Amino acid sequence: MIRFEKVSKIYPPNCRALNNINLEIKDREFVSIAGRSGAGKSTLIKLLIREDSPTAGRIFYNKQDINEIPKREIPFWRRKTGMVFQDFRLLPDKNAYENIAFAMEVGGRDDADIAKNIPQLLRIVNLSDRAEHFPNQLSGGEKQRVAIARALAHRPEILIADEPTGNLDLLNAWEIVRLLIKINELGTTVILSTHNREIINGLDKRVVTLEKGRIIKDDEKGKYILF
Amino acid sequence: MLTSIYRVIKSGWISFWRNKWLSSAAISMMALAILGLSGLVLTNVLINSLSQNLEDKIDISVYFKLSAEENEILDLRNSLIKLPEVKNIEYVSTDEALEKFKEKHQNNDVLMQSLQELDSNPLEASLNIKAQQASQYETIAGFFNQSDYDDIIDKINYLENKAVISRLTAITAGIRRIGFIILSVLALLAVLVSFNTVRLTIYSARKEIRVMKLVGASNWFVRGPFIIEGALYGIIAALISLLILYPLVWYISPKLTGYLPGTDLFYFYQSNFIVLFLLQILAGVALGTASSLVAIRRYLSED
Repeated sequence: MIRFEKVSKIYPPNCRALNNINLEIKDREFVSIAGRSGAGKSTLIKLLIREDSPTAGRIFYNKQDINEIPKREIPFWRRKTGMVFQDFRLLPDKNAYENIAFAMEVGGRDDADIAKNIPQLLRIVNLSDRAEHFPNQLSGGEKQRVAIARALAHRPEILIADEPTGNLDLLNAWEIVRLLIKINELGTTVILSTHNREIINGLDKRVVTLEKGRIIKDDEKGKYILF
Repeated sequence: MLTSIYRVIKSGWISFWRNKWLSSAAISMMALAILGLSGLVLTNVLINSLSQNLEDKIDISVYFKLSAEENEILDLRNSLIKLPEVKNIEYVSTDEALEKFKEKHQNNDVLMQSLQELDSNPLEASLNIKAQQASQYETIAGFFNQSDYDDIIDKINYLENKAVISRLTAITAGIRRIGFIILSVLALLAVLVSFNTVRLTIYSARKEIRVMKLVGASNWFVRGPFIIEGALYGIIAALISLLILYPLVWYISPKLTGYLPGTDLFYFYQSNFIVLFLLQILAGVALGTASSLVAIRRYLSED
């Protein structure tokens, strides 16, 4: 479903963030990308959502070369992928409900559809009683759950989580990970990038380990191998 | 499409309300800019009426010999009026000149008595010629040099007033030019300041703009609310500057009339009120939306 073919990314003048990456992610798979800070995890994700372009190589989604998507259609590609970030990136001026609604509005969904779907999404992330709260009135774990609900708003085929637990304590982190597993079981491909050893070791799922821009290990049921 | 437009307007309105402080900063800057621009218009009216006043004081008077026939003078007047430079010509016959003289000096017994001693009217008929513009008197005076009326013309006072007239011409032209330059610089300053304030409000939202793009918003969906916000700034700023300008003009106008008789700024303001207000709103909306459009470009151009 997603295929990286000999992908390299060089930031000028000569910082090799990614070096000849070959990677295939299947439909409905749960893949963890492990690696230290600076190993290239975020770069990999940026290339996937077309926030940046590779210096060499190609990235395919089914038969579509992501880098050849015309600029005008990038928003449509982004709506196929849900993104969750370490720093949540909620819109501070919108409450939880509106943050989720915004993602649906940009997709052109009608108001009745939105009003019907958001309570469901809030229930999935267990935040039904927080709909009217603004981001600064929510805890870190709650913010991340709003962000996940927002990422699911487009009913994406792929959910990409870039260090979603980086700002959370272990208890909240596990709650987020369990949520991601649940979403994966409901049929969405999940890509989770993290440097959290406990989470990787507790998942018992496929782990791709990056170091210095290269894939050094790719196991079906992987463990955290870096120290 | 309609839902999108409705959503863009609604979200612009909401973010306008939720960012009250930033909004009020932008609005006050923009109100100042609009005030400056309106001041520009009004000052221009003043400068025009000032130079109009000065120019109205200039004319050429042609005095005719007592022997000149009235129809000859009217003949000359008809050919003068055909000149494009001539604005109007006032004919003062010998009788009218006498009337005016009597009226002017009715309290001066010596003059009145000596007038009565004379058998005939000693005053000459004259044509008072006004040009469209002060710089054209030279041309009109030139007309008399080539004309065949030398034998009926006694004297042309232009030649006597020439220095004064050309001096006044230079002054009015100078006032116009300097006024225009000063006001343009002020207007430019006001526009730049309010543009920068709008840019600041968008800068403070740069992270949100990025997030919007990441959840799949198209450029217009991101840009729209900011443009609506900018337009709202403009409309409110126009209203505020109206609230300041109206009493200000009402207060200042009589004082100005003291210095410049014949100019009534408040009257001008009232009679052009709707046009001016529409201009203010137009300026505000144009300033707000254009600033937003330009300022947001760099945050959208990344992809």
